[in-house]
Amino acid sequence: MVNESGRVQRQIVLPLSKAMEISFKSLRIRFWRSIITTSGIVLGIAFLMSIFTTNLVNKGLLEKGTLEIKMSLEETEVESAAKQIWLVSLSLLVCVVGITNAMLMSVTERYREIGTMKCLGALDGFIRKLFLLESLLQGLFGSMIGVLIGCGFVIIVNLIKYGGQAVSTFPFFEFLGYMVLVLIIGVVISIMGALFPASQAAKMVPAEAMRSEV
Amino acid sequence: MPGIEQNVVRTRDVKKSFTMGKISLEALKGINLEIKRGEYISIMGPSGSGKSTLFNMIGGLDKPSEGKVYIDEVDVAQLDAYELAWLRCRKIGYIFQTFNLIPVMTALENVTLPMIFAGMSTDDSMNKGMELLNVVGLADRFHHKPLELSGGQQQRVAVARALANDPAIVLADEPTGNLDLKTGKEIIDLLKRLNKEKKVTIISATHDLKMLDVSDRIFWIRDGKVERVEERSEIKLEVGTMEGEF
Repeated sequence: MVNESGRVQRQIVLPLSKAMEISFKSLRIRFWRSIITTSGIVLGIAFLMSIFTTNLVNKGLLEKGTLEIKMSLEETEVESAAKQIWLVSLSLLVCVVGITNAMLMSVTERYREIGTMKCLGALDGFIRKLFLLESLLQGLFGSMIGVLIGCGFVIIVNLIKYGGQAVSTFPFFEFLGYMVLVLIIGVVISIMGALFPASQAAKMVPAEAMRSEV
Repeated sequence: MPGIEQNVVRTRDVKKSFTMGKISLEALKGINLEIKRGEYISIMGPSGSGKSTLFNMIGGLDKPSEGKVYIDEVDVAQLDAYELAWLRCRKIGYIFQTFNLIPVMTALENVTLPMIFAGMSTDDSMNKGMELLNVVGLADRFHHKPLELSGGQQQRVAVARALANDPAIVLADEPTGNLDLKTGKEIIDLLKRLNKEKKVTIISATHDLKMLDVSDRIFWIRDGKVERVEERSEIKLEVGTMEGEF
């Protein structure tokens, strides 16, 4: 590797696999903190998933269930769609704010690390990539757990309530579609929450690395 | 490559002012200096003298308000973000007072990171990383995380990392500031050895008298100006008569 004297070039790279590795390690070294941030996503997503699953179970039962169950369902089926949407959006909004907060703290805490990376030649985009990847990993992991908890809980409750019918009438393929949709929502809100902190981190100047204790 | 006497850093009438609210503060008031390839330079000065500002300027971390800074005969002010990143990655190695290793990476990964940025393949960078860790005497601890290493060892890893892309300049900001006397001496000896063997230019901002002892030249900064420049021969006597640090 030769340094041509006097000629400044511009090619600096950070392969995605390496970025992925760094992000993953950053999460692992702050394991409990990551778990707390992730649990926010888990709860929001579990709530969303439980509502979708409840709707699906009810739909199945209303279409194919016994008359007795249909009657009882029609009585309780008062919770309007508007109210559901309102609750779900609120919980997801809280989720985004929680992620933004946690990521902002992480950025302030890691000013020296970010400054050092920039001194070593990292571009703004590398830093942004690292933080977004971190959030994406958290979002993906949290959403998977959230989906499992959300639908698992609702299915168990309905099994107890209505027995085998809850499962035999369950629209399984539609359910799979919702699972994927919820996973995507989880990842998207995690990235949304990290956008601002990541751009703050990217804007930090390399001289931050020299800053002594605040 | 032109002759060995080529200036690796040159500043011309460098001024830098900061605005703090309504007050404008002139941190540097016209600095002219030339640093030749292979020199070992110390920049001394009390806090608030503009030493750190000058240091950041030489390291391509900041641009002057007036005047020019040339690193390897390239005007830093003319470079865009990509070229500056390239310069920091390939031409300059940084050593910090607080070591600043990336905590999630092992010693070897820390050393190889600048090579990854420079586009070197994983295998090549691993080989070169081990070579450099060997030079600083830490090859057997390559898989340790920074927190599992002592301060002196962390700084050695940082020295290896600074050399990763064979830079023209190594900038050391108070490299012994967080180390005890003996470990500090070891780092200074290591830097001096690298300066001699690899002919790398070393520029350090320091308070440490042990550092002066090995320096070729010392720039004394006061009130945003170069107060005086001392050659190695002039300072030898002084150091013998003084104890400890400033």
